[in-house]
Amino acid sequence: MRHGVARFVTGFLALPVALYLFYVVWPFAQAAGYSLTDWGGYSDRQQFVGLDNYVRLFGDELIRMAFWHNVFFLITVPLFTIALALFLAFLLNVGGREDRAGIRGVFGSSLYKVIFFFPQVLSLVVIAVMWQQIYRADGQGLINGVLIKIGLVDADNPIAFTNDPAPFLGVPAVLWWLLLIAVWSGAGFYMVLFSAAMQSIPKDIYEAALLDGASRFHTFFRITLPLLRDTVSVAWVYLGFIALDMFALVYVMTPSQGGPNHASEIFASVINFTAFQKGQFGYACAMAVALAIFTILLAALQLRITRRERIEY
Amino acid sequence: MSTVTPTSERTRPAAPPPAGATPGGKAGSGADGFGTRIFNGFSHLFLAVWAVMVVYPLAWVVMSALKTDSEVIRKPLSLIPESLQWDNFARAWTAGIDSFFLNTLLVLVGSVFLTMLLGSMAAYVLARYEFPGNRPIYWMFLSGLTLPIYLAAVPLFKGVYNTGVVLPFLGPNKHVMLILVYVAWSLAFTVFFMHSFFRTLPNAIAEAGMVDGASHSRLFFSVMLPMAKPGLISIGIFNVLGQWNQWYLPTLLMQSVAGEPKNQVIAQGLIELSVNQGYKSDWSGLFAGVTMAMLPVLVVYIVFQRQVQSGLTAGVSK
Repeated sequence: MRHGVARFVTGFLALPVALYLFYVVWPFAQAAGYSLTDWGGYSDRQQFVGLDNYVRLFGDELIRMAFWHNVFFLITVPLFTIALALFLAFLLNVGGREDRAGIRGVFGSSLYKVIFFFPQVLSLVVIAVMWQQIYRADGQGLINGVLIKIGLVDADNPIAFTNDPAPFLGVPAVLWWLLLIAVWSGAGFYMVLFSAAMQSIPKDIYEAALLDGASRFHTFFRITLPLLRDTVSVAWVYLGFIALDMFALVYVMTPSQGGPNHASEIFASVINFTAFQKGQFGYACAMAVALAIFTILLAALQLRITRRERIEY
Repeated sequence: MSTVTPTSERTRPAAPPPAGATPGGKAGSGADGFGTRIFNGFSHLFLAVWAVMVVYPLAWVVMSALKTDSEVIRKPLSLIPESLQWDNFARAWTAGIDSFFLNTLLVLVGSVFLTMLLGSMAAYVLARYEFPGNRPIYWMFLSGLTLPIYLAAVPLFKGVYNTGVVLPFLGPNKHVMLILVYVAWSLAFTVFFMHSFFRTLPNAIAEAGMVDGASHSRLFFSVMLPMAKPGLISIGIFNVLGQWNQWYLPTLLMQSVAGEPKNQVIAQGLIELSVNQGYKSDWSGLFAGVTMAMLPVLVVYIVFQRQVQSGLTAGVSK
């Protein structure tokens, strides 16, 4: 029996692990190796410099700024996305009428779900083209156009959106505008995820609560939300990864990939800039390794905090 | 039990079953009052606002694909084209979208199937069997979620290039190679997701299967995998979309040398189109291309959405 388990486990793991090692782990391991050199990325010349690149990280002003911008996204992206997704899922699943089966979803909830998920299926190209038009800073864009028409924005002084480095609540405005895109595109996916989790909660729990006279708000906050805890914490971890990699949005939406004037610089954009613009591949690899270590620590912390016993039903 | 709602949905397709048909029929009958209707109306209002915020930009892309170039620039906001320019689609299709589609389909059929199979096999073993090395392997997969892909770019390209010298079908610009790379890069999230899913499956059924003498792999394929269907559908959608929209890996690995056929996939090709249209100013053609890249995924999603729901209701009804 023991022997059978070992063979089974090995057989099931061999192929996925091999593929993963070759195409993912090995390139990263090499990158980690380069982080100890002064390799430029294009030439064959490289010298071992030990931990010099890492020491240099701590004095780098750009890195420090990027770090705080990452922390901003790390807090706001999961917070707003999950709050909005939960709110939408709540309205969808609890907003309807009450009857013998407890509280049913609103009419057309499946249609809403289909629609809300749409941004998730869009590719980066579509999102980029679209939001560039929405955010146009010349008064022709979707938001500026509407706001000027209703008189909320001065036509001579339209909102600059991703060209605006001025701080809002202590954070450059451009970051808030990027946050809006991230929440816009993410909320639907997590709403569907939470909705599915809500629907997998057995109906008899709700029936019992209703018999006890609980209102829909009570059942939501006392039953649904606690039972969703696992799903929410999975969502939080995954959104954390997304927040650390806002690179695609920064790259496409901001002037000079991290501008204006480095106002939207994040870890990933600094890495990209250092590796491919400044041609300091070794140093960029050191940044990436530092970022990876930071992320893994964070994920471990997250899992440790949210770990608790499974509930089976 | 009143069927009148404050919103316009008076014609409810599925009328509630008659009260008393099942036990517990009286539970909520008195609660469908004024507050409920207000709340129902508020729900609809907010949901509708968000739906418009999602749909309007998409509709705008589709409608811009039907405008003339000058109209795209003159009236960027309008949703109604002056006249429908269907030839934008024909132009974009022959400009390369046709081969993008074929290549993308060839790659996705293989990569999604393999991702699902290998990903759930690994996740299952890691979630439900204890053995030395379990946690390190799980963390290895998990750590792949944290690493920025472009940093692996240069070593990854070197690796693929060197493999291609020995095994040509695994070299750059080859479909099989891209399939394996997609699978490898999709494993991290697939394992992460299916791992948490397999952990929520009840132990009782697995134990019953073992008592009945099922082998480990038989237990997986005929009992656990079917039970994990809702999870498989979700992660399947995720992988189809993710791999359909993947642009970085193909841009890196599917570069054709002179004389080789171009094997570009859709997102990669669209980027090239969007760069090139800067010279040709073919805005409407770009929008048509974006629309054609967008609609198939929307259709696939809408089709699978039904299956997600039937899978979930099947799971709930035990």
